[in-house]
Formats: sequence, structure tokens, C-alpha cells
Amino acid sequence: MAMSDFNLPLSGSWGVRISGISKKYGETQALSNISFHVNKGELFGLIGPDGAGKTTLFRILTTLLLADKGIASVNGLDVVKQYREIRNIAGYMPGKFSLYQDLSVQENLDFFANVFNTSIEENYDLIRDIYIQIEPFKNRKAGKLSGGMKQKLALCCALIHKPLVLFLDEPTTGVDPVSRKEFWEILKRLKQENISILVSTPYMDEATLCDRIALIQSGKILSIATPEQIIKEYPQKLFAIRTENNYHLLKQLRKDPQVNSVYIFGEYLHVTFKDDVPNIEAKEITPSVEDCFIQLME
Amino acid sequence: MNTVITTENLTKRFGDFTAVDRISFEVLKGEIFGFLGANGAGKTTAMRMLCGLLSPTSGKGLVAGFDIYKQSDDIKRNIGYMSQKFSLYEDLSVAENMRLFGGIYGMSPKNIISKTGEVLKELELNNERNTLVKSLPLGIKQKVSFAVSIFHTPKIVFLDEPTGGVDPVARRKFWEMIYQAAEKGITIFVTTHYMDEAEYCNRVSIMVDGRIEALDSPDKLKKTFHAGNMDDVFQSLARKAKNS
Repeated sequence: MAMSDFNLPLSGSWGVRISGISKKYGETQALSNISFHVNKGELFGLIGPDGAGKTTLFRILTTLLLADKGIASVNGLDVVKQYREIRNIAGYMPGKFSLYQDLSVQENLDFFANVFNTSIEENYDLIRDIYIQIEPFKNRKAGKLSGGMKQKLALCCALIHKPLVLFLDEPTTGVDPVSRKEFWEILKRLKQENISILVSTPYMDEATLCDRIALIQSGKILSIATPEQIIKEYPQKLFAIRTENNYHLLKQLRKDPQVNSVYIFGEYLHVTFKDDVPNIEAKEITPSVEDCFIQLME
Repeated sequence: MNTVITTENLTKRFGDFTAVDRISFEVLKGEIFGFLGANGAGKTTAMRMLCGLLSPTSGKGLVAGFDIYKQSDDIKRNIGYMSQKFSLYEDLSVAENMRLFGGIYGMSPKNIISKTGEVLKELELNNERNTLVKSLPLGIKQKVSFAVSIFHTPKIVFLDEPTGGVDPVARRKFWEMIYQAAEKGITIFVTTHYMDEAEYCNRVSIMVDGRIEALDSPDKLKKTFHAGNMDDVFQSLARKAKNS
């Protein structure tokens, strides 16, 4: 997959193309030889924990950081040579809240519209659904908004110039499950506007909401496919077991030589066995993306 | 049964805004208690009152046997606290952090030395003993952070979104540490946005707009709300919120 990707031309009908990107900070290899592409109008998820290299990749793609090796393009534009053009067609929502805390919701929006030589009215259709949710607070200072509201304002600002490619770095981290769900519903609608979206998240349950995902850990891609495909490739039979006291069962299963892996998963323990499944009555289950991530990490 | 937290109509108002609205609940000794709620529901405000950091507007509260109005210093001595933002000193080693926090909590030097050995062994951190905290991977840092928060053997430890951002394996190892501490009788009071983690708690409360709207074991909550999992329970309650 990675090799064939490498040979594709950089321009073409891709929202994002990345070929052999590597980046080192001192001794730390933040990214090693990353290659993948995001189709136009695709919702692509970069799934991995803190320190996996997600933000470094976003910074390279948004022309804020130079890679040591490799090439990348955004909507056919080279991230090094054509960085100015990219800045006009890309929307970027950094992981850390980066709007002006002392400006009101309205002032922040006006400011970003101005910078991009446009107005709120011009692309109002695109942000309307999100904007009406924060409109009641339009005179409130951005710094005084709740987490979910900040997220929505940041997304509005990233969309104000109707970008062709949208980069969202952990937009839902630290956000409660209700706001997270709302946020993903918004992304689904944006996809229909044919915007290419690259979104990162540490929440594995969000992976299934993407068209395709890349699982990333310690600067390396573990797997790239549709969520369904990744789940299908899980190499073992997976069982869910529960008792009154899962912690005690967990400790016992750890000691059992037949057990290959055992992890707590909500109210169940998820267990795989080494060779033949022992003579127990347990429910075989379909793995989640999180099961797959753990398996690929091992 | 032994209770370590009791509140009665505990309330906090900021001007016209009621952040915490007459909450009453109990947490039992050795229990893993999940404190859930949407952003802006009032969790942090409630937690700050329980930790003796913020004075309530009205209502009653006892934490580790101490009154939250009059004995906030005693409360601070008897609880541990850990948040996702690290409270460790990055330029100190793992063992030095333990010595510092042990000293702050008034433990004797002899006690600190023996406890350091014990904790490092138990959490399998012996190799990291002399490593500076800043050069530790996130998962290990979180482990050390937890070790430091229970170093003085508090009656209760408050964990504010302790697992945000860590990889799925480290997240599960963290919960095994929580179980281990609970078995030793330390009460765990934990907030999280991961709904699978809500299932790991003995009991869970869900706050909506400053009120506790539900409180029970995960199993009973799922039955009550006819939900398949805790995410569904949370969604059906928190969707009604006005403050988020």
C-alpha cells in the first residue's frame, strides 16, 4: 500500500497526498516515512494517541513546518513551493484553542473573514448550521465559552473562507460525548459540500464515522483502510467474558498460559487465546477499531 | 457502611448562575465512583468544593470526615488529586517527585524512603526511578502522576480525566492501577469522557445543568434507561442540558 502510494503523481484528484514524509526533533523520530492520500470529498481519520505524530503531520500539511524528507501536496499544491496558495484554500483548526480569547464570538469571525478577504455573509450557507448554535452567545468573549462552544466557533473560523481542504487536529478531545456526536454530524454535512477533511482523534469510537482511517502510533502508520476492512483483518477470534468481579478474573486470566491477550473493555473483558480455544462457554464478538489498534500495537 | 463523602443540597452560585444546584450523594469507602457530566454541567465546580478549594454557597458536605466549610485544610491533607494536566515537576526525577510530595504532606524521611521503594516496585517503575519526568512517555508520566497522588495514602483520590489522550493499552493499564488502589481501601472519585470507563466504576453519577440527574451502578442505569451501554444512558440524559 505505502509503496504504490509513493509512485502516484503529486497533483491529481486528491485532497491531500503524502509520500515518504519523515520528521525528527533532535533525537526523537516524530514521523517515519508516512505515505497516504485523502480523496477529494473524503472524510479521513488519523487515529492515534498523544505523541503519535498527528500534530506534526498537520503542521507540515498546513505549511507551518518543514519535513526532513518526503513530499506532500494539498489539493495538488506542493506544501513547500506553493505554501501561499495552500493557505488560501485550506482551513485549519489546531488542537489547542487558538482564537482570540479577548474578542467576542462575532469579533473573532469578523477578524478571520477579513484576513481571508471575505465576509461572514459570503459563505454563510456553509457555516449556518454551526453558527446558529453559537449565535445566542455572539457577544460573549471567546475565552468565556464552554468547551463545546469553543469547538464550534473554531470550526466556523476555519470554514469562513470556504476551504477546499479542512484540517482538524483533535477537534473533540476533552469534549463530552454529546458535543462530540454533534460535531461529527456537522462533519458529515461538510463532506457533502465536497470538502476534503483530514481529522485526527484519540477516541477510537470515532474511527467508524470516517470513510477511511490511518492508525498511527509513535510516528508510524499501523494500518490504512476503511474501518470495516481494519475490523475484518483482525487476525484472531475475540471473546467477551464477564463476571461479578472483572478485575479478579483479569488477574487470573493473565496467569493462564492459554490466554494470548486480555484487556478490560467496558463491562466485559476481551480475550484472545493462543491455540485452540479452551472448552469454555464464551461469546465470540466482532472487534472494534480499538481492539484492532491494540492488536496492531503488540 | 463507611461513607467517605456525604453531601446534602450542596450548592454553588456565581452571581445569577447556579453552577451546582442542591446535589446530595454519598460515596462509600473503597468505592470507584464515576462523576460524569457534559462540559459545563458543573463537575469541576463540585469537585473543587469537595477538595476544599472553593467555598459552597449553601448546603452541607463532609469529605474524609471533615466539614468542607470549616476544615478545608484537614480535607487537603487527607485526599489526593490528579488531573490530566500534570502536577509533577518535570525537572525532577520520579523518586525526587515522590520525596517532594511526601515531604509536603508531612511524611517522615524514613517513611518516604520505604514508601518510595514500595510504590516503585508495585507499579513496576524501578527502571524509571532516577529518570527526569520530562523525558518519560505520556503513559508512564500518567502512572507516576497517579503514584504521587496516592503516595501519602489518602482516604480518597480525585482523578480529573486522568486518561485523556493516552493510547488504548496505557489507558487500560491505568484502570488496573485504579482497581489495585481501590482494593487497598482508597476511595476513587473519577471523571472521564470515555463512556467505556464509566462501566469500570462501581457507581456512576451523571450531572446535567448543575443537578445530579442519575446515580446508580452502570448495570442498573442501563436497565432504568433501557440503554445498551453507558454512552446511550449519557446521551439520553445530557441531550436535555441547557448550559453546555
